[in-house]
Amino acid sequence: MIEAKVENTIGRHKDWQPKILAFLCNWCSYAGADLAGVSRIQYPPNIRVVRIPCSGRVNPIFILKCLQNGFDGVLVSGCHPGDCHYISGNYVARRKFAVLKTLLEFMGLEPGRVQFSWVSAGEGEKFAQVVTKVTEDVKKLGPARKLVRNLEPTETKY
Amino acid sequence: MAKPKVAFYWCASCGGCEEAVVDLAEDLLKVVDAVDIVLWPVALDFKRKDVEAMKDGAIAVSFINGAVRTEEQEEMVKLLRKKSGLVVAFGSCAHIGGIPGLANFWDRETIFERVYKDVPSVRNPEGIYPQQKTKVDGVELTLPEFYDTVYTLDQVINVDYYLPGCAPPPDLIMNAVTAILEGKLPDKGSVLAPDKSLCDTCPRKDSKPEKLSIKAIRRPHEVIADPEKCFLEEGIICLGPATRSGCGERCINANMPCRGCFGPTKGVRDQGAKMVSAIASILGVEDEDKVTEEEVESLVKQIDDPAGLFYMYSLPASMLRRKRMG
Repeated sequence: MIEAKVENTIGRHKDWQPKILAFLCNWCSYAGADLAGVSRIQYPPNIRVVRIPCSGRVNPIFILKCLQNGFDGVLVSGCHPGDCHYISGNYVARRKFAVLKTLLEFMGLEPGRVQFSWVSAGEGEKFAQVVTKVTEDVKKLGPARKLVRNLEPTETKY
Repeated sequence: MAKPKVAFYWCASCGGCEEAVVDLAEDLLKVVDAVDIVLWPVALDFKRKDVEAMKDGAIAVSFINGAVRTEEQEEMVKLLRKKSGLVVAFGSCAHIGGIPGLANFWDRETIFERVYKDVPSVRNPEGIYPQQKTKVDGVELTLPEFYDTVYTLDQVINVDYYLPGCAPPPDLIMNAVTAILEGKLPDKGSVLAPDKSLCDTCPRKDSKPEKLSIKAIRRPHEVIADPEKCFLEEGIICLGPATRSGCGERCINANMPCRGCFGPTKGVRDQGAKMVSAIASILGVEDEDKVTEEEVESLVKQIDDPAGLFYMYSLPASMLRRKRMG
C-alpha cells in the first residue's frame, strides 16, 4: 500500500520497468552474460547489452548520452582486477567512473544509477546477481529524469 | 570605396573582451583606419535605433562577446545577426558560455535568492526581487527577462566564426581582423585558433615524464608550484590536455594551471568529460592493482568541485548544458 502511494506521488506508471544499458567487456563480462544465458540462469530482462572491447573503452560521454536519452540506469562491467585483457583498462575504467560519479551526483543524479562491477567469463551466476541488484536499485529510484533532454520543452528555450 | 562597417557588442560578460580590443594597442589604429565602427556601447555613443535604421546585412562583421542570459541580449544579438554579414563569437562566454555559464548549476530563483537576499552584505527582509514590470507613481517600468539558463551565442543565433579565450589574445584578434579584411577566411564555423591541445605547445612540455602518475591532488593555493615542472606531475589539476592552444600560455607563464578558457579542440564534443578521462588515466596509477575501491573513491574525493572545475568555462556548451533543478 505504502509503496503504491509513493509510486503515485512521483507520477510513475504502475507497470513501469526501468531501462538499463549494460556495457560489457568482450573478454570477461560479455562471456559471463553468455554463460548465464547458456546455463539458463534467470535474471531481469531490463538490461540492454552493448559489447565493448574493454571497460576502459567506455567514454564518459556514452554514459551521459544514455542518461540524456532516457535510460534509467547504466551498468559498466569489466574483468576482475588483474585480469584485464589489455593489462590495465579496467583500472582506468574504475577511476574514470569514480570521477564521473562525483560529477553526476553534483548534477543531481541519484547514486546507484551508474554502477560498475567485475564479472569474469566463468561467473554466469554472479552476472545474474549483479543484473538483479542493479535492476532493483534502479527500480527503487524510479525513472531517471535529471539529465533527460526535452522533458519539459519550455525549460530551455534553445 | 566605403570602409567596411564593424560592430562590437557585449552580452553577459565582464568587459574583459572589450579590454582585449583596446589591448591591440597601436594596432587598434590600423583597425580603425581600415573599418568604420558603427556600434560599440563601451566606447562609442551609437544606439540601438542606429542599428535598426541600417539595411539588413549592412554591417560587414559583428564581434559579439558574452553569453546570452536576458531577453534584451537575445533581442540585440538577433538584431545584429540580421544586420551583419558575419558574426564572430568573441571570447569564451560567447563561444562556450564562459564563467557566467556556471550559473547553469542554478536557476533564476536560486540566483535571485542568493544575490538579493542571502548575501551577508544585503538586507532585504521583505524579499523584494527584480520584477519585469513595476509601477512607480502610476508609470510602468520594465526590465528585460532574466532567463533560467545561460546560452552560448551559437545556441541563439547562427555564428560564423569563433574567437576563443578569456579574453582573446591580441595576436589572434589581429589575425582574425586581417583575415576578414583580406577575405582569407577559413570554413564557416571555424574556431580562429590553432587546433592543438595546450599540452602540445606548453613551455613545460619537456618536463612531463613519459608516464604521468598522480598520488595526491593539490590545489593551486596549497602549494607553491615549481615554475619549471608540469602541473599535472605535481598533482595540480591543469586542463591543458582537454583545452585548445593559442592563448600564448599566459596562465602557465604566470605559474597558474590551465582552466580551459579556449574550449576543447575540434573533435571534442564535451571538454569536461574529456578531462574526466584525462584525469582518470593518470590519477593513482602506481600500485593500481593493490588499491581497494574505497581508496580509489577517497583519492577521487580530493578533487574539489569536479563539476565546476572541469566545466569552468564550457558548461552551457557541454552535453549537460545545465543542472535540472528540483
